[in-house]
Amino acid sequence: MQSVIFHPDLCASCKSISCLMRCQYIEFSGIDEARAERKKINSGLDSRVLHECLTCYSCQEYCPNGNNPFFFLVEQQEKLGILPAPIPIVKEQLAMMAPRGRLEPQKAHAPVVDMCAFPMLTGCIRPPLFENASVFSGTDFFCNIMWLHFAKNSTIFERVPKMIENIMTCYLKDSGPDEHSMAELICFHDECYGTYTTVANAYSIPVPFKPIHLFDYIDKKLDELSGKIKPLNAVIAYQRPCSNRLIPETDKTLDRIFEKIGVTRAARKYDRQNALCCGGVPRAHQRDDFADELLEKNLNDMVASGATYCVFNCPFCMATLAEAVAEKGLFPILVSDLVQTALGG
Amino acid sequence: MDNLIKRLEEIVGPAHVSAAAEERYFYSMDPGTMPAAPPDAVVMPKNTKEVSRIMALATEKGVPVVPMGAGLVLSGLTRALKGGIIMDMKRMNRVISVNPASRYAIVEGGTSQGMLQTYLKKHHPGLKHSMPDAPPVATIGGNIAIHGSGHLSVLAGFHTDMLNGMEVVLPTGEIVRTGSCSVSPDWFARAPLPDLSGIFLGWSGTTGVITKLSIKLFPKYKHNDLLVFVCEDADLMPEIISRLTSAQAAEDMTPWMTPKPFWAKGFLHINIAYGGHTKEELTFRRNLLRASVKEYMDKKIAGFLPMPPPQKKRFMKLPSPDLARFADVKKGGGFEYVGAIMGIERFPEAYRAGLEIAEKHGVTWSMGARIIGAGHCMMFFYAYAFNRADKQDVARAQAALEETNAAALLIGGIPWKAEAPAQKQIMAKMDPSTRDLMDRVRGMIDPAGIMNPGNLET
Ligand SMILES: Cc1cc2nc3c(=O)[nH]c(=O)nc-3n(C[C@H](O)[C@H](O)[C@H](O)COP(=O)(O)OP(=O)(O)OC[C@H]3O[C@@H](n4cnc5c(N)ncnc54)[C@H](O)[C@@H]3O)c2cc1C
Ligand code: SF4
Ligand code: SF4
Repeated sequence: MQSVIFHPDLCASCKSISCLMRCQYIEFSGIDEARAERKKINSGLDSRVLHECLTCYSCQEYCPNGNNPFFFLVEQQEKLGILPAPIPIVKEQLAMMAPRGRLEPQKAHAPVVDMCAFPMLTGCIRPPLFENASVFSGTDFFCNIMWLHFAKNSTIFERVPKMIENIMTCYLKDSGPDEHSMAELICFHDECYGTYTTVANAYSIPVPFKPIHLFDYIDKKLDELSGKIKPLNAVIAYQRPCSNRLIPETDKTLDRIFEKIGVTRAARKYDRQNALCCGGVPRAHQRDDFADELLEKNLNDMVASGATYCVFNCPFCMATLAEAVAEKGLFPILVSDLVQTALGG
Repeated sequence: MDNLIKRLEEIVGPAHVSAAAEERYFYSMDPGTMPAAPPDAVVMPKNTKEVSRIMALATEKGVPVVPMGAGLVLSGLTRALKGGIIMDMKRMNRVISVNPASRYAIVEGGTSQGMLQTYLKKHHPGLKHSMPDAPPVATIGGNIAIHGSGHLSVLAGFHTDMLNGMEVVLPTGEIVRTGSCSVSPDWFARAPLPDLSGIFLGWSGTTGVITKLSIKLFPKYKHNDLLVFVCEDADLMPEIISRLTSAQAAEDMTPWMTPKPFWAKGFLHINIAYGGHTKEELTFRRNLLRASVKEYMDKKIAGFLPMPPPQKKRFMKLPSPDLARFADVKKGGGFEYVGAIMGIERFPEAYRAGLEIAEKHGVTWSMGARIIGAGHCMMFFYAYAFNRADKQDVARAQAALEETNAAALLIGGIPWKAEAPAQKQIMAKMDPSTRDLMDRVRGMIDPAGIMNPGNLET
């Protein structure tokens, strides 16, 4: 089995064990217990962490040494056969999200926008934010990061290089600015950007194009379109998705975007590094009670923040939460649509 | 014939009788595989009196009469096998009254499922009736005549279990009532009287024409949800179904197995619909259902498919569009299924038999079931889609259907709303004294032998 990049020696000299001590979902009696569990995981032994983990990705962000603790945890789950979800659930989803081989090379032109496996969101790619964009989506281009939730690192190793090849062959082959520079790919979904940057690095998967995060694209675009911005003057609650833990630097860009469109990101208890999981994954893990608890905490916090919008960047979080959020009187919206609103689009 | 048409015109008016070739062609078949059998005429009565006069006339002349609702039974039960008249009931489509206190609706025999659904939505939003997954134009009378089932069948059994009583016109033209309405002005139950409704239920229109009926209504929940349970082992299904139904929390449970879309191939799913007046009640029911099968989840051998709310919407439509969509897979408009009523414990055998038959005949298939009552039995279906314009495709489906009927009987099941050839298979297996009793009942009610002849004959 291929392995992710992980250094146990960094852990051996780690003072904080932040990866586990800061975990929002697993309680430890103190740092000694956390250290002991870390040691077990690192030695390839069973640990309660491998069973109780919500696969929220957060430890990836909490580790001050960039040691990929979450990716390694998933690897250990798979090695030890510790399955977070029932086998048929994983198998059926593996089949559902498998590449279909429907590959038709297209003449793409910049900006090329990757919509991951969300063809139903293609309508989001419209002017003024996305003028003359080439768009693609589907399971042949699916970033496959979701398998981190299902102890399936092997699928990431197997499918991600194939997806990269598909993207190159079908959309990016001839679309670089010149033969020496890499073509750019705007990742609409956080997960894709996380895959083609952090995951690819940790899994040693080469990426022959330049991934651009949606926020970076929007941020730049807002400068170009600054004359069109009508500030929204609204308070919003942001639902930070799990995959953003892989690329925390982009959260600052989002703050800039909010500022540019006249939006105040409510100071919530459950935002930024304390963001709560949307609840979709624990339901897949058959932990509905836990998902209910998260939902309630999260919604109460959003309402208390006085926000009028609940802003999502992950379409899956939005599908999971939109109804519940709307019932509480908040307007669910994707970041890109919120920006389009400010631009009158 | 001219004289018959004239007499029919006198009863229903010229606009509602036809012997035109195109009309006879149209009424000669249904979407299933059974060969066409055209009637001599089609008549559309407006009320019980007209039905009664038509039946008296038919008995007098010895002309067969085939009652028909929407003609969606798929097994050819509304074809005029011996010619005569098809009595299309669609003009008798009134919702007569609703009793919200005792929760029932009195409707005319040709009232469609969609019409009652819409009526209740508008006038009694707190009530609902059990919808089959047939297209909404299917009639309540036609469904009762075949022991149909629907989306409240786990809660309350077959649709005939939800029947409180009927008004029926006998082949001789006499009008009779069954159930409480034969004594009281109210149509609340079949008890405590001798249950004469049975003479017409499951008889596929061979004993009389249902002109009115009282059907039970149920509280309509404000909050509704759906769970999809998935496993890979058919041998586990009886126990899983038994546990889920033992929670007594669901309204409907419909297992489904299909090779298309490809990702579903090899998996056995159970859609479980449930509701609650409040969110708390909904969550409580969900927890009961989940707890009932927790052992499988803990062992990781089965579990609930994660599905965000927008994805569930499609599965929660009433009626479900999925079978109708499957019916169109081959284009050309051909679709038929063997629905066999059988015990829950027969699930694994039924499933394996279906797989074998589908492979042998190379047909486009989909299988599933509807659980009836608290796991008391099920309607297990084998659906085959075919292109009606492709003779070979039709023949393949026909052969698969016939073999499926035989397999269902062999397993211990009984084909439901069986086509004429399957009826023969059932009769051959039936206790001779039961067959004899059926003959005697029918002979007594229909001395001229005019009611839907060619069907359910022993
Ligand atoms: C896509 C699809 C899905 C289906 N799903 C379901 C389902 O979930 N549950 C289910 O139960 N069925 C289902 N069916 C089967 C069938 O369509 C329904 O049972 C339907 O309700 C039958 O009603 P109908 O009006 O079409 O009856 P018809 O086909 O017109 O008649 C059925 C039988 O009843 C007799 N009959 C009709 N009206 C009367 C009357 N007034 N008095 C006496 N006898 C009468 C006819 O002679 C015939 O024998 C489905 C069919 C399709 C095409
Ligand atoms: S993973 Fe990071 S935070 Fe955790 S023990 Fe190792 S170095 Fe420390
Ligand atoms: S992924 Fe989340 S739940 Fe799992 S150990 Fe890391 S921080 Fe805790």
